[in-house]
Amino acid sequence: MITKEDVEHIGWLARIDINEQEKVEFMEKLNSVLEYFGQLDELPTEHIIPTYHVAEIYNVFREDVIEECLPQEIVLANTEYKEEGTFRVPKIG
Amino acid sequence: MVYENPEGIKIGLEIHVQLNKLKTKMFCGCSSDYHNAAPNAQTCPICLGLPGTLPVLNKKAVEAAIKVGLALEGEIAEETQFHRKNYFYPDLPKGFQVTQYDFPIVSKGKVVIEGEDGEHVIGITRAHMEEDPGKLVHLGSIEKSKGVLINYNRSGMSLIEIVTEPDIRTPKEARRFLDKLRNILEYLDIFDGNLEGAMRVDANVSVYWGTRVEIKNISSHKGVERALLYEIMRQKNVIRHGGKIIQETRHYDEGRGVTISLRTKEEAEDYRYFREPDLMPMRVVGWIPSVRETLPELPDAKHARFIEEYCITDMHARALTSKIMLADFYESICAKGVDPKIAATWTADVLLGELNYRDLAISSYDGKKIFFLNTKGMKIENSFKVSDMVELVPLFAEGKISDRSAVEVIRSILDSKGEKSPFRIIEEKGLSKAEDDLVSKVVAETIAENTGAVQDYLGGAEKSLNFLVGQVMKKTKGTADAKTAREFLLKGLKG
Repeated sequence: MITKEDVEHIGWLARIDINEQEKVEFMEKLNSVLEYFGQLDELPTEHIIPTYHVAEIYNVFREDVIEECLPQEIVLANTEYKEEGTFRVPKIG
Repeated sequence: MVYENPEGIKIGLEIHVQLNKLKTKMFCGCSSDYHNAAPNAQTCPICLGLPGTLPVLNKKAVEAAIKVGLALEGEIAEETQFHRKNYFYPDLPKGFQVTQYDFPIVSKGKVVIEGEDGEHVIGITRAHMEEDPGKLVHLGSIEKSKGVLINYNRSGMSLIEIVTEPDIRTPKEARRFLDKLRNILEYLDIFDGNLEGAMRVDANVSVYWGTRVEIKNISSHKGVERALLYEIMRQKNVIRHGGKIIQETRHYDEGRGVTISLRTKEEAEDYRYFREPDLMPMRVVGWIPSVRETLPELPDAKHARFIEEYCITDMHARALTSKIMLADFYESICAKGVDPKIAATWTADVLLGELNYRDLAISSYDGKKIFFLNTKGMKIENSFKVSDMVELVPLFAEGKISDRSAVEVIRSILDSKGEKSPFRIIEEKGLSKAEDDLVSKVVAETIAENTGAVQDYLGGAEKSLNFLVGQVMKKTKGTADAKTAREFLLKGLKG
């Protein structure tokens, strides 16, 4: 069960503000998602090896060869918060 | 003698080593040579974490990790893979760091250091691969930051994080461990420790076998020693005043030399590690034999060989192998057929001592000269040639210059920024050793001019002899051999 405190904590981890009304709403929605996935618990899975990748592919590498980077003005094109070539953001507590 | 560790100090280190000798970053083809680049000019959609991009792992980064594993005598995992470590902080714009979690590529290694009571083994818990975050500059101090400027050029650089067991017992041992580790990594030719941010250390420390505190953001080996000394003192003070140490993360402020509590509400489980679905798992144990073949002779082996092959002392061998560039420099000198013992003395004692005095560190060796950096890590216009030592050593060995003059020659070479040769300096400064008849003439003069000191000596004040030797050295501008001067004086005083 997800509690209201859990919702607050999850909100804090993502650094988003959640108001009281939303906390209740998200608590209900998250619990409904968990409950839905809970149906899977009914299946016997003790002897099944977890699948992390559907394709059995190993060892995908590239060679250490330099490729072109993006020009600085393109990198900063989508922000208005820039200062001498850097991104300027608020302090994250 | 066994070191008792009376204050129950346990120190464990986490060392982030940047693989800055690779040409490109970990998951994209952006150049890794970013130190002089304009901010954010060495980035691409992958290292900026833009949606829809697919990272592909640099094969050389994996080879470097295997090299590290073998050099630290660790185990290479049969199967290894990446995880996402989720956290909200702007140093990585994706919202997570690609790292390794429960299947690191290397585990169970060790490094042997010169500990408080002789050889001491520091266990290596693990070494794993991860990406470097971007660089943040806080406007104002980290506690009262008014905003943050971000440069993603460093974002996505290949890192290897090496984690030790809490086997370190004093700040001095921590520093020795780091010096040794850096030396090994430089031997492996996977990183340039002189570049800013090449090696960054977090330290865990506890006193009286108690609760551990983590110190983050230490950028130099001296800084680690100082941060640990401060933190140990702080913890002991807290306990002395009846307080309790809380498990926390503290930030080291290098300028003020103190650690500051950083309130973090994140717990390990908050990172919500899960397998990185964009990167396939790896099975690379098959590479071990070919990687092993590329391993160079490591510091301990070279140290033993130097003692054996060149018949030099343990101390000289240790100093000469403390940096791969210096070891190569020394071997080039010996290869020219000069006396290896004398070459060791003049390189390890005099040249290194002089570099130390001038706050210079060896930055590189090109097969002919060694080059230097200052304490700020800036390359400086100066060098010392193999041929300088090859000229100097026989002159001294054959008694053509005194040891005082040889020291003077080494200083003058450095003063001339590596331009002048020993021959030229000896000629310019008249440093050729004074012939015996000149010394005997000066001795006679000295005895005649210093009747007071002579009387004192004959009256039993043996120290006066040293004064007289000093006078002879002064008159010959240091070109006399001090031993010869002493012998001649003794003879003169008896007669």
